[in-house]
Amino acid sequence: MPTVGVKRDLLFKALGRSYTDEEFDELCFEFGLELDEITSEKEIISREQGDTKASGASDVILYKIDVPANRYDLLCLEGLVRGLQVFKNKCNRYQCDLPVDPMFAALHSPQTEAVRPHAVAAVLRNITFTQERYDSFIELQEKLHQNICRKRSLVAIGTHDLDTISGPFTYTAKRPGDISFKPLNQTKEYTATQLMSLYKTDSHLRHYLHIIEDKPLYPVIYDSNGVVLSMPPIINGDHSKISLKTKNVFIECTATDQTKAKTVLDMMVTMFSEYCAQPFTVEEAEVVYPDGKTCIYPELAYRKEKLSGKFINQKVGINESTEKIAHLLTRMCLLSQATGAGDEIEVEIPPTRSDIIHACDIMEDAAIAYGFNNITRTTPRTYTVANQFPLNKLTELLRQDLAAAGFTEALNFALCSQEDIAEKLGKKISEMRAVHISNPKTAEFQVARTTLLPGLLKTIAANRKMPLPLKLFEISDVVLKDETKDVGARNSRRFCAVYYNKSPGFEVIHGLLDRTMQLLEVKPARGEGYHIQTADDSTFFPGRCADIFVRGKNVGRLGVLHPDVINRFELTMPCSALEMDIEPFL
Amino acid sequence: MADTGVLETLLQRVEKVDDGVDSLAVATSLGVDHQVIVGAVKSLQALGDVISAELRSSKHWELTEEGTEIAEQGSHESRVFSCIPQEGLAQSELMKLPFGKIGFSKAMSSKWIRVDKAHEGGPRIFRTVESIDDQVREKLLLVQKGHSTQLEEKEKNELKKRKLLSEVTVKSYWITKGNSFSTTITKQETELTPEMIASGNWKEKKFKPYNFEAMGVAPDCGHLHPLMKVRTQFRQIFLEMGFTEMPTNNFIESSFWNFDSLFQPQQHPARDQHDTFFLSDPAHAHEFPQDYLERVKKVHSEGGYGSQGYKYDWKIEEAQKNILRTHTTAVSARMLYKLAQQKFTPVKYFSIDRVFRNETLDATHLAEFHQIEGVVADYGLTLGDLMGVLHQFFTKLGITKLRFKPAYNPYTEPSMEVFSYHEGLKKWVEVGNSGVFRPEMLLPMGLPEDVSVIAWGLSLERPTMIKYGINNIRELVGHKVNLQMVYDSPICRSGPPTQTE
Repeated sequence: MPTVGVKRDLLFKALGRSYTDEEFDELCFEFGLELDEITSEKEIISREQGDTKASGASDVILYKIDVPANRYDLLCLEGLVRGLQVFKNKCNRYQCDLPVDPMFAALHSPQTEAVRPHAVAAVLRNITFTQERYDSFIELQEKLHQNICRKRSLVAIGTHDLDTISGPFTYTAKRPGDISFKPLNQTKEYTATQLMSLYKTDSHLRHYLHIIEDKPLYPVIYDSNGVVLSMPPIINGDHSKISLKTKNVFIECTATDQTKAKTVLDMMVTMFSEYCAQPFTVEEAEVVYPDGKTCIYPELAYRKEKLSGKFINQKVGINESTEKIAHLLTRMCLLSQATGAGDEIEVEIPPTRSDIIHACDIMEDAAIAYGFNNITRTTPRTYTVANQFPLNKLTELLRQDLAAAGFTEALNFALCSQEDIAEKLGKKISEMRAVHISNPKTAEFQVARTTLLPGLLKTIAANRKMPLPLKLFEISDVVLKDETKDVGARNSRRFCAVYYNKSPGFEVIHGLLDRTMQLLEVKPARGEGYHIQTADDSTFFPGRCADIFVRGKNVGRLGVLHPDVINRFELTMPCSALEMDIEPFL
Repeated sequence: MADTGVLETLLQRVEKVDDGVDSLAVATSLGVDHQVIVGAVKSLQALGDVISAELRSSKHWELTEEGTEIAEQGSHESRVFSCIPQEGLAQSELMKLPFGKIGFSKAMSSKWIRVDKAHEGGPRIFRTVESIDDQVREKLLLVQKGHSTQLEEKEKNELKKRKLLSEVTVKSYWITKGNSFSTTITKQETELTPEMIASGNWKEKKFKPYNFEAMGVAPDCGHLHPLMKVRTQFRQIFLEMGFTEMPTNNFIESSFWNFDSLFQPQQHPARDQHDTFFLSDPAHAHEFPQDYLERVKKVHSEGGYGSQGYKYDWKIEEAQKNILRTHTTAVSARMLYKLAQQKFTPVKYFSIDRVFRNETLDATHLAEFHQIEGVVADYGLTLGDLMGVLHQFFTKLGITKLRFKPAYNPYTEPSMEVFSYHEGLKKWVEVGNSGVFRPEMLLPMGLPEDVSVIAWGLSLERPTMIKYGINNIRELVGHKVNLQMVYDSPICRSGPPTQTE
């Protein structure tokens, strides 16, 4: 969930009234926002870098507000104010204006196809920045980059002082060695190759290098005089950088996902056209595609949906008139009216609400405007008979009786290191039918366990201070590769127990097996019953290991652990163990 | 036990009087040390209500060692007086005597003697009176005989100052007959034996009382894990509410069932390497219900079922990627798909099982945790129904004050975070998440259009940590568990407080 920081007093000024912290918190809750923290720049710096650095920092009160991940229109002060104001019955409308000079077109060249195929653009004409507006403008780009743009991989935004450059612009892709310009906030020119190594150590930009690093051609935007506007998604040129004095802003978005590029552009211009000489008005730009096709951006598309009052009432569980529902929706930035045809409501979805993709999204907004907590809580009449999952039912019953048999239940992780399930048990990882994780952050998450034994031994190692004997068990799932399953792997429900004491206590573990079989109604006998029979297993002490056969099928193994295994798990006492599959007993 | 002879003698003394005896007096009259009688009292008390003994303390005056000497031999000054002959005594000679120095000054101040400093051969002492009255000795003798009350306080304090008297506190018992008074002693039995039961002679025996202040012996037993105890409780609640358990024993899931089928777009951050564990072996899933997969692809990339879709290039390669499931909702998706392949009947499903997140770990977050999930599918379910079911569910946990906050989740719309009022913290805290599954998820599965599916979820670990007062999740889950905590943890009944931070 993205967090937006806004100055409280600025927010209240824009909302036209002030709130107590509690009132504002309540307003946020109802709207689906969360007032996460009330702080100040000073407090943040002092928390992160110490009091000395914080002295002199601003102590203007900041509200940190958590915004739902799909509401890109609430990622800046301007959008938040509009959203909350509408919630309080106010509204405005966005429109496009024809270009002042039709020359401001972006030409799109075919070389970009392999690296970053989409580009859209627009102009904010006669804008007035103040320090706060300018900061918010920069901050919104950053928020969009981090969220909908997926860290610039899907979309990258470039903003330029239009008065320093001249159209038409060309969006193309070139070999890194052939691109050379002075990047933002640098004093000299670099080639793209040099830039990539320069930014390797940049705490901010290094996260974006991978997006184009291994591509043969890098995307780049030139103006008609060959000035580099930007090398998306890495850096803008210094030449066209915007400042507080900038009057006309050229906004370009390059992307691998065109839908998202259009959304991002709409978001930038709808949020900041408020500060243009003609508020909420944006100047169009024409994009000419390699095939000669042209498109005009921004789209600022208003979409109309029709739905019935009954639909809203039934889905939410309320009973409101068509007019009331239309009014509720209008409060949520969705200008709506009853068409008069039965209970039909026509809803207009503004370009800011890219999150509205289905009638159910409109229904949710009606519910929010109505107030979730004003909806009557009802009990569905759904009649059903409960059933337990048979494997879980067996597990629950066995656990009770194993604890009654004097063993204590452990609960270990399903993920572990390769070493845990192989080397430490005297086995080879290649012989295990283990599933392997491709992106573990540490060795603890290399594989899914194929046996419960390592977990129990590690539990003992972590509890060596406890009085002996230690008697532990676990009934849980391991994961094994299985070609017959759609995902190529399956869980297997295992029962594992260990006895750790000054003497190995094989008879104790053997006795637990007998008791378990008694609980499962299997008699000691060859053939239809159960029996154990000598086995060789490198985990166990030679001659002290046996396979468990139930109705002729091998279901597990028990024995005295090999001293090497005991050592590798940092244990010091003899230990006997039992592990078996319980699924055959279903 | 004290000597039976002393016990019986003491009992006989007590029998003879009506109002009781003092232990000190008994000791004096028997000519034994007081401690012997005290021991006898304790022994008799241990036999039950034979006697009752009330502890009393009294103060009395006693002669010091020096006082005792004076009582025998007279005061220092009187001894000085009596050792001076008629012809006097050289002062140097007198000072050699042990009592000489103190006795001389006291006798001088009483004007019993005089010093002739000019006498030839050095200063010499002479008597000045014929006879003396040694009051100090007489006073001390009075005290020694137990008549200290005849002396005035002032006199006693003066003698105390001279370290001849001291005031001591004496503790004694005032012994009276108990309810089961008897002059004979019976030996006490420690435990009931099979022989006593057989012969019936337990009826005549006296039994040594138990010390109920002591702790019992800890039973030798096994224990269930606290997290599993809470899991059992949640399972019970779902079963009581008529929910059927889903088969969640498949930790490995394809991205298709975990994300795509839930209408979670392929560029969604949750599908990032930073959030999800992907598999290298087996890396890909195969075998999807092909026509369903096509419908999922279409609703993502083009929309349909009344939806705009996400309008992006949906790739089968992304859907095939195997992962460790990030939520049990993947199983709910499989179950709902299965349900849609039959003639629809309403269902209520639940599951409690492990899910995996490749997230940054801290004191309350692990890479794997247990998700509790409830799902209801029926015709015409409303948002009000979801809130009603949640109210019933949380009421069973002992949480009755709920409110709901709009939230965002890719596969539910509306989505609501569930908050409960925490009485201790005096604030609203989040206890779970809920929502109505999106039509883009349900309709491609083939569920009827008028069927709604409501669902909610929460973690098992958080309510358990609160219930058992555990701050570090590693003490609860995994091999670093504190087994003593497991041994000591109480049962989990309905109503674990799910709330708090």
